[in-house]
Parts: sequence; structure tokens; C-alpha cells
Amino acid sequence: MRTPEEELRTMTLEAFADTIVPGEKRSPGDRSVAGASTGGGAVQAGAIELLEWDATGLTEGLDGFSSALDAHATNYAAERGVTLDDSVPPFVALDFAQRTELVRILTTPGHPEKALWVSLALFSNMAFDSAAHMHTVDALAAGHPGLLALGIEKPGPDGLWRFPEFSYGRELADLHPDTTPSGSPA
Amino acid sequence: MTGIERTDVLVVGSGFGGAIAAYHLAAGGAKVVVLERGPWLNGEDFDQDYKLGSSYTRAFDFVVGDGMSILGGNCVGGGSVVYFAAMPRAPRFVFERHGSIGRRMWPSAVSRDTLEPWYDRVAESIPITQQTWTDVPYAGGLWAAACNHAGRTANPVPAAIDTTKCVNCNWMMAGCRFDAKKSLLFTYLPAALAHGAEIRPLHEVQKIERNHDGSYRVHYDLMDEEDYRLRSDGGAIDAKIIVLAAGAGATPVILQRSEPTLGTMPHAVGRYFSGNGERLNTAILNEDKVREVLGLERGDGLAYEANQIGKGPVVANWDRLDGSLPEYERFSLEQLYFPPGLGTILAQVPGAQGPSWFGVDKKEMLKRWRSWLIIFQMTEDDNEGVFGPPPAKGNADRLSQQMLGVGRLRYDPTPNTLRGWALADAECKDILERDGLAEVAAWTNDVVGAYTVHPLASCRIGDDPATSALDDRHELRGHPGIFVTDGSAVPGALTVNPAMTISALAERAIPAIVQAAQDRGVDVTYGAPAPDGSTNGRRGVADLLPALTRR
Repeated sequence: MRTPEEELRTMTLEAFADTIVPGEKRSPGDRSVAGASTGGGAVQAGAIELLEWDATGLTEGLDGFSSALDAHATNYAAERGVTLDDSVPPFVALDFAQRTELVRILTTPGHPEKALWVSLALFSNMAFDSAAHMHTVDALAAGHPGLLALGIEKPGPDGLWRFPEFSYGRELADLHPDTTPSGSPA
Repeated sequence: MTGIERTDVLVVGSGFGGAIAAYHLAAGGAKVVVLERGPWLNGEDFDQDYKLGSSYTRAFDFVVGDGMSILGGNCVGGGSVVYFAAMPRAPRFVFERHGSIGRRMWPSAVSRDTLEPWYDRVAESIPITQQTWTDVPYAGGLWAAACNHAGRTANPVPAAIDTTKCVNCNWMMAGCRFDAKKSLLFTYLPAALAHGAEIRPLHEVQKIERNHDGSYRVHYDLMDEEDYRLRSDGGAIDAKIIVLAAGAGATPVILQRSEPTLGTMPHAVGRYFSGNGERLNTAILNEDKVREVLGLERGDGLAYEANQIGKGPVVANWDRLDGSLPEYERFSLEQLYFPPGLGTILAQVPGAQGPSWFGVDKKEMLKRWRSWLIIFQMTEDDNEGVFGPPPAKGNADRLSQQMLGVGRLRYDPTPNTLRGWALADAECKDILERDGLAEVAAWTNDVVGAYTVHPLASCRIGDDPATSALDDRHELRGHPGIFVTDGSAVPGALTVNPAMTISALAERAIPAIVQAAQDRGVDVTYGAPAPDGSTNGRRGVADLLPALTRR
């Protein structure tokens, strides 16, 4: 069970992950996931599970990430005259375009906190494109939304990938004229 | 003096540079210990799994610097376990390059001609297959067909792959489950072990100090086998000869950290780093156009949709490896598979209006992942990388349990490098966007900087003490008995994959290392055959030995 503070932290981190790889809302009342894309996004792919795994090295900093992101969101809204719904954390209260704009600002070269936000983005993306918190075979079997979206093939019965059909099987270009007999540049 | 181990030769790192040195020195009769900071993985350890903690993350190391990130090997066998096994020789013009110093940067003793017998030694020692068109997977075939359609040539790349064992699973960056990749685990390393060399995994070297008798003491920590943030006290080993081969992202860091105990380092230690001019473009193929324009069919109704299928880089375009072109305008374009986790976040949406590397449009691009074709450009950069002061331990401050760390490399590309990248980008676009085949965009440098999988030249050989850390025999200037044989010794970008050249230079460095060991009283000789007993290569270099061992 998450404490109320952890619930708020999770909402903010989910909103960040959803900005990196957006997904569809999990329920009509879903506030963290903006619903900017069809199919699951980073949140459904397990971004929070991955970030909360201490193997990533980010776990101890998640409270700080969350509060800093909300502080940036508060400033962002104030500068633009945006009134935030205070029933949810400030970053969650931003609409998708505003979240996107703020993440773009935070990850732009030269921003003093860029490295932090890039690392959060790297793992948010990794939850979606490689399910780094799960064995790949298990993730595919469980219908992981990211691996399925990429179209990663299912492995063979022994859990390994092999592709017996792999080649067009014919010459498709002339060799460079200055090629040695062993196949190197002359 | 008790409690300190002693050996004749201490080798730091077990990749191409370390393995080749360990084999020859052990075969020649020296007592050799190899310290490798990564784990020792084999066969079934190489799982096809993206989960953190699998071989995919244990076996390599991703270090984010300021303006450049480095991907390197971190296991017994080093880069040979995680690379894609492309083994071309470098073009002739590479050795005549001037680079950032305004005159020839390679030592006068090294040219393509003088290196050729050493390349031959490597080719005899590591089985290299000249792949045929029937070995070429769909992605390589597509690249070849696109080059041909644009009036260019294309070459299957020589590779250290046993094609009879390869299942085209494209997991080779996690090590090869099927023993098809002929890494050092099958060649120099078992031969070194057979001659008595000891290989110690999970030993991370921190610093070197000089003893009063002219020998060296190497200090190491012991690393946890899964969580590399955890380390315990290790020990120290005394050796008469040190061979540093920790990789271009780590060798200079060890030397920088050793400066208080070794004495002043040559100016070029940790400078002149080159990313081999590397850059990646992602093309999103139009499957209909692939069928119509190139006439390609997989046989199952699909034209391509095969990004996941294959074996690393297989087909390269070498039309711009033309020595008559000006420096910085020469490059190769190689088809490459890059797995998820690393190969998707940096791919940019072609023609993006909003954010290019994350967001809604990027997700739509991910859905077309099977129709991606990644083109790997190796250009001529300007050796502009510089390492800052070393971290307290290792070569980076580790963030996650494996893989991700923050290093001290600063890389600010010069106009020369930027122009080379732009020319290579334009060539990719010209070939692949022709007749609507694809949309192409370069990877972004805005997220983790530029990106290299072939770090070079951070401790390079040369004739000029001001711009080279090593003499042309790979001995560290001012520190007799310390040799560097890894990619950090290569003077500059090669415009092709560097493993073959790193290996040839390591082979060429051995006679002088043997001579130095003999001078220090080690009972060792030069002249081992190839690891499988073949002797043609040895005969080929016999005439070169006197010049290499003369001081």
C-alpha cells in the first residue's frame, strides 16, 4: 500500500513518463496519463516499477525528482498565467502540451538540471522499449505494450530467438572496385 | 615486503589489446596475470534478455560524458564479446591523416603497408569470414539495394562470425549464445590460459605506483558480480611489465589517477580522444516503396519489416573512402542493428515539428520499429575529446547497478567534425530518401551528447612527445615498462570499424614488450604461432622484428 504522499509522487512520475512515451488513459478519471496516444505508453509499460527498482540508481532520488518537477510546473504555470487544479500535483495539473513544453525546457542542452531529467527520461523510455524490469520472454508473454508496439517477435519454444529465414539471398549491388580479396578497403 | 603478489607481466583488461598481449607473453614463457573488471561470461550466460542484470547489461558499460557518451565492453573478452564482429582493415589514406595537429599524426613507422603483415597475423588468429550475399540479412540487403539504386556500390563486411552457426538472432551485443561470434573467448584467451596466463574477472584496477626497483605495483578493487556500484577491498600485485588495455575510456583514467604515485604523465594522456567520428541515422522505410522501387520481397508477403533479424553490420558503402578527397570528407556508411534501450531513445522523428526524441510522434515512430534501417557513419573527427580529473574509483561515477555511469570526458565537436557529420548525413539522405524509399534523421546529440561505440586515441602512439602519450612501440613516454595496447593507442579515427586495427597494432607492439621484459630479467621469448598453431603470420613479420625491438 502506498502512503498518500507516495500516491502523489507516483502521479507526478507517471505524468513525466507519459510525456516521454504517451499512452491512453487507464480509466476515464486517470489524471496522470494524459491520453495523448492510443495503446499503452511508458506508464502501462511499467515505468514506475522500473524506476522504483533500486537497480536503476534513481530510486532514492524519486522524491526529489517529483517535488522538483512539481516546483518547475508551479513556476511554469505562474509565468504563463495558467491556473492549476490543486486537487492533483502541479505537473499533473498541466495539460499534455504544457507537460511536453516543460520537459523540453528541462532537457535542453545548457539547462542546469538536464542530466537529471534525461536520466529519468532514459528509464521511462526503457520501460517501454525494452521492459528492463522484466525478463523479455515474460514481458512478451504478458502482452507488454511497448514490446508489442515495437513488433518484437515471440521467441521459439525454448525461449530463444532464431531466424532461419533472414536473407534476400541474391547479389544486390556491385562491390566497390578497390576491395581486397579478403574483403577490406584497399 | 610480504603479502604482495608478484608476476612478470600484469595485463589490465582482457579485450583485444589485453588478450593479444596476454597470449604472446604467456606463450613466450612469462608469468602473466590479467585483471578484468567485468564478469567472466560464457555460452549459456549469454541470455537473450533486456532485463537489467542480464548479460545484455552486465557485459557492457555506457558512460555519459559532457558532449560524448561511450559504449564499451565490461567482461572477460572486452569489446570482442559485445561488438558486432566487423573486422575490416583501415583504408590506406587513414595512416596519412593530419588531423588536429597539422601534420601526419601516425608514427612514421606505421602505414597501411607496414601494418599489413600484422593485420595478417590477426586474420590468422581470429577466424574472419568474407560474407557472401546469401549471408547478408534483409537489412543489409536493403541497404545494398538502396545504394545500387542510387548508383553506389556496397560491400558485405568481413566479420569474425561463423556463419554456419549464426541464427541471425541479432542479440550479439549481449554476447553470442550460439558460439557463432568468434570473440576472444574462442581465440587468444583460451590460448593464453593454455600457456598458464591467469585471468581474474571482477578486478578493477584503480592505480599504478612505481617501486624503488623500477617494477610497478598495481592496486585493484574487487567488484560485485552483479551490482557494480558495490566493491570491496582488493589488493595489489607487483609486476615488471604493465600492459594497459582497459579501453580508451578507462586506460587514460587509470593513468591520470596514478600520476601522484607514478610521476608526471605525458601531456597527451587523456587528450586527443576520438569517437571515431561516429554518428547514426535512422531511416523509416516505406514498405510499399521498398517493394516497388527496389523490387525486394522477403518471400512471406513482406518487403522488409526485419529490423530485428540479422547479425549486426553486414553491408557497408565505401564510395566515400576515397583518398583523393580532402580530410574530413571521407567516411563509410554501414548498415547496423542497434537494439532497443539504446537504439531508440536517440532516434529522432524525421521532420519533427514538436519534440523529436520523445512524445507523441516518437511513439508513432516506435510502432514502425520493424521497418527501421539504421546507418552507422564513421567519419574523420578532430580528436577533440579531453578527459577531466578522474573520479575516485573506476572510470565513471556509476548510477545504475550496471551500464549507466557519468564520466569526465568532454567532447566539443569542431567545425571539421561537424562538417564531416553533415556530409555523411546528406549522403544517407540522398541514398535512402530517393524515390520515397524512406525518411531519414540523424540521432540527436542533445540528449547524451554524441555517441561512440569505438572510443579511440586517448593515449595515442606517435613520434611527437607533445601530441602522443606513447612512442611508436606503445611504451608510455617517461615510464619505461608500461605499455598501452588498446584502442587508446590508435592515433585517430579510422573511417571503418577499428577492432582489426586495434588488434594489428597490439600484435605489432608485442616484440618490443617482450624485449622490455627480457631487459628486466624475465625469461621470455617472442615467436608464438597463431593461437591455433598456424605459422604463416609469424613468418610474415619476421623481417620486421629488428626495427621494432631496437630502442
